[in-house]
Formats: sequence, structure tokens, C-alpha cells
Amino acid sequence: MTGTRSEPRFDSYYGRPIINPPVWEALDIAGYFFLGGLAGASSVLGAGAQATGRPALARTAKAGALGAIGVSFVALVHDLGRPARFVNMLRVFKPSSPMNLGTWLLSAYAPAAGVAAASAVFGRVPRAGAAATASAAVLGPAVATYTAVLLADTAVPAWHDGHRELPYLFAASAAAAAAGLGLIGAPTAQAAPARRLAALATGAELVAVELLKHRVEEVAETYEEDRAGRLMRAAQVLGIAGAGGALTAGRHHRVAAAASGVALLAASAATRFGVFAAGMRSAEDPRYTVGPQRRRREARA
Amino acid sequence: MSGPESSADGLGLTSHDPARAAGHEDPPPRVGFFTDTSICIGCKACEVACKEWNSVPEDGLDLTGMSFDNTQTLGADSWRHVAFIEQRKPMRFVDALAPPGAGAGGDPDVADGRVRADGDFRWLMASDVCKHCTHAACLDVCPTGALFRTEFGTVVVQEDVCNGCGYCVPACPYGVIDKREGDGRVFKCTLCYDRLGDGLEPACAKACPTQSIQFGELDELRERAAARVEVLHEAGVTDARLYGEDPADGVGGDGAFFLLLDEPEVYGLPPDPVVTTRDLPRMWRHAGLAAVGLVAGVASVCLLGERARP
Repeated sequence: MTGTRSEPRFDSYYGRPIINPPVWEALDIAGYFFLGGLAGASSVLGAGAQATGRPALARTAKAGALGAIGVSFVALVHDLGRPARFVNMLRVFKPSSPMNLGTWLLSAYAPAAGVAAASAVFGRVPRAGAAATASAAVLGPAVATYTAVLLADTAVPAWHDGHRELPYLFAASAAAAAAGLGLIGAPTAQAAPARRLAALATGAELVAVELLKHRVEEVAETYEEDRAGRLMRAAQVLGIAGAGGALTAGRHHRVAAAASGVALLAASAATRFGVFAAGMRSAEDPRYTVGPQRRRREARA
Repeated sequence: MSGPESSADGLGLTSHDPARAAGHEDPPPRVGFFTDTSICIGCKACEVACKEWNSVPEDGLDLTGMSFDNTQTLGADSWRHVAFIEQRKPMRFVDALAPPGAGAGGDPDVADGRVRADGDFRWLMASDVCKHCTHAACLDVCPTGALFRTEFGTVVVQEDVCNGCGYCVPACPYGVIDKREGDGRVFKCTLCYDRLGDGLEPACAKACPTQSIQFGELDELRERAAARVEVLHEAGVTDARLYGEDPADGVGGDGAFFLLLDEPEVYGLPPDPVVTTRDLPRMWRHAGLAAVGLVAGVASVCLLGERARP
């Protein structure tokens, strides 16, 4: 046994998981978290760009928000075991269920994002467009962050134990994605907010990930090893590259800006798929359920 | 099936009377299971009776090599699951023929001389089931109201409302509820809601030949269980302990609780389960702050620094 790290001893039932791992598909659910974050943060950026006289950036952000939320709906309905019963979530208003609140939130947000985008792209109904832009900008941050609560409100150790940090991580990742989209779609003359947002969001995300991993103790392994570890590291590298590129060559060169934007979008997606994979791994291995619970019980005794 | 679908005070986290907290007026006494694993013989009559009564489909005929357990786990198609644990530990048994005071053999655990500790092998058997938590995470997170609290204080899925979102599956701290392959909806123990309505006990308890599974009013079951632990401790079975009986635990106490002979995780049970929605108010506070931070961040990058170039 020399040379090996001493593991905390515990028993399990033939190594089987204690909790049932989520039955969600990564592509649908992590994909939705990425797209929902992109949409929500883009609505805020679109409103900010419009208010500060950057119409091309505003147009890009608003159109991107509508596209992202549209695909989100497809992913969400696709993941239901009984897709025809999607509207069953609107038969009750249930504050104890983040998914229920999220469905109501999306039902209010999507039409606002739609009108805001249509008005910006076609240049019609400016008043309705302004109202919708404002509504989407108010609801967008909730769309971008409630998904962290949805994940944390489970018994999955990597998600629940990080419930204090996960919303900040998701907000930062959403902002990075919106910045990335802005860099791709807007001319460099109008993309200054997107460049600064890229740096701010990437920095915030790096901090949030470290705080999260510190909080969850041994469950941090699930964020560092295997598939989740590769995705989280890819997110860091892509995020730093994207933000760095945006602030340097991306200031004047449209192609460099767009490439930085692609990197930032990929970073945001990698973060969501990484968090998803870490949760799955922490649910599948009983030691991440048993270890923290035993310590909690012993600390109380 | 007219039961309210959500706790009266939103999360209902302070109540010890879940039926009343869910809005049932003048409900019948809360009922549940006390599963005494010290007298389980591993016959699986509970599994069979449950499948038969509830028309639960077959879900694979595997030979697992996990002792005599080929059911493996609770799930959409296994609402009772008998666990088999083989251990290198002496088995304790009561030698009814021995005179009192004889045969303690110097074992400090064996207070009564008629209890023997023999050999170096023991076999634990335990019939697991949905815990029907006082504070049930599956019910809290269900976005459609398909999961509801019955007048008996139990937790039941309405099959015609469930839309297969799967949120309850990772929310359950015990790994009970699961999605049925090829169907899409979730299923679990109903504590035989249909039988309760007719004044019958659940099928598993009815079929149990040793009364390892005891059905009854929860208050009475808790008293009975406490007395049983005392008897076992006096007989020298010092590792007997109750699991899930404490209303002060992280789920407000289980409607179906257990007498175990080892640590919970040995049986595949979590040592200190907590209803995830207990932390939900704090999660929303952090999400709110994160949302405000997002707005502040975007506002600052739009307003500060270089102005827009024409």
C-alpha cells in the first residue's frame, strides 16, 4: 500500500450509487444551460448596447437571444419522457420547484426576446421593441441563473454541495457567451462592451470555479478528473484565450474578434457540460454521497 | 385523487404533520412501515407481492453475483428491494436451550448468557422501500404537481400528470424514484394507496412471513421500534439501531423507517440524508445576487471606458 494516497474508509452496497443519477441527456440539458445562459445574458447586453448607441451590437445580441431560447425550448421538450405533456408544468405555480418557476419564467421571457429581436432586425414597431427589450433585459438575468438553482436543488453532491457558488459560475459563464456572440456579430467599433465583458466574465468564472471546488471538498475531484476535468480545463483555456484575443488583436481585426468570440462561446459550453459531467460522476460513486454525510453526522455528534 | 399538490407554507419545512401541512383537513392518522431487518429472512415475498398487486413490470432477470440479490436496487420497476450483505462478522443468536447466565464466553457485548456470538460469518437481509419522507424532495421539486401528499401522509405519483421531466430522480436523497424505460414517466412505491383507501394493509406487509415489515400508524410504529431496539440491546445485539425514525433528521423523519444491524451505507442507505429544498431559499438568494451582478457587470462595460465610435 506504499505510495498510494490513503482513502477514507467506508462501506457501500456492492459499490452501487446511493442516489439515482439524473436521467437527463447531457446534450439536451447541459446544452440548454449553455443556450439559456447565452440568451439571458445577451438580452442584458442587447439592452445596454442599445442604450449606449451601439445598434449593431444590440441587433446581434437580441437576435442571438431569440435563436438561443428557441433552440432551448426544443431541447427541453425533447428531454421530457412524455414531450406531449410539456404544458403540464403550467397547470400549477409551485415555488418549491425551480423547474416549475423556470417554465413560467421562460414563458414570459421568450415572447419578450422574440419581439425585441424582431423589432431590432426589421426596424419596425420601435416602441414595442423598446418595451420588449426592457422586459427581456429584466427577465434575462433570471433565465441565466435559475438553472444553477435547478441543478443545485437535487441530492447530487457536486451540484448541491456547491449551491452557494453555482449561480455565480453560471452568471459568469452566461456573460462570457454573450460577449462571445457580440464579438462575432458586431463590428469592432461597437464591440467594446463585449470585449470588456469577455475579460470580466472570464475572470469571474475562474474565481467562481475555485471557490466552488474549495467548498465541495473531496467532491472537487469530480470537477478535476475524467471527462468533467477535461471539459473544465478546456473551458479555462478557451476562456482565457478568448478574452485575451478580444482585448488584443480583437480590438481592430474583425476576424480575430470573431475567433475570440467563438472561443468564448466554446468555453461557456464546456463549462456547462463540465458541471453536468461532474454531477453525474458524483452521483454514480457512493463515496461522494457517504463521505460528506458521515463527516456531517460525526461533527454533530 | 383530489389532494393538494404543494405544501401550504410553500416548502412546509417546519411541519411534522405532512398531510395537514399539504392542506388536508382533518386527515386520518399518518401511516407507514417499520421494517425490522433483524428478523428478515430474505424470502422476497414482499417484492413479489408488490409486483403482483401493483402490476409492476418485469425489469430484467439478471444473475448479479451480489449474494442472493438479483433485484439490485429500488427503481421504477422495483418498489421493494431485499438487500443481502455477507460479512466476516460473528452472528449473534439466542440459544433458547441454554440456562440463563451460561455461555457468555467472556464477550463483553453479550449481557444475557443465552445469546451466543458464533462463527465468523453473518448474513444481513433488509427489505428497502420508499421512505415517504416528512419533507419529500421528490414532491417539492416536481414541476407538474404529479407527485402529491395523500391524506395518509404518504407520497404518490399521479401517472396521468407526470410528464417525465425526471427532476424527482436526482432530488431523492435515497435513490428511490426512477424513470421507467420505454415509458418515460417515473414510478415508485405508493404505500398501496388503493389498499389504504379500503382499510387494507399494503401488499408487502401482508405477505411478509416474519413481520419484518410492519405496517401501522407511524406514532405507534415508532414506540414499537424503540422497544424492539431495547430488547435487542439487552440481548447483546449492540449494533442494532433505528434509521429514519427521528423527526429531527434532515428529512423530518421517514414514514417508512428501519431497524438496522450495521451502518446505513452498508445497506446502500445514505448516512445523513437531507431534503435538498431545505437549502432552496439560500440558493435563490445567491441566484438573485448573481443576477444583479450580471446586470451590474454588463451596465459597467457598456457605460465605462471608451465611448462608442461613430
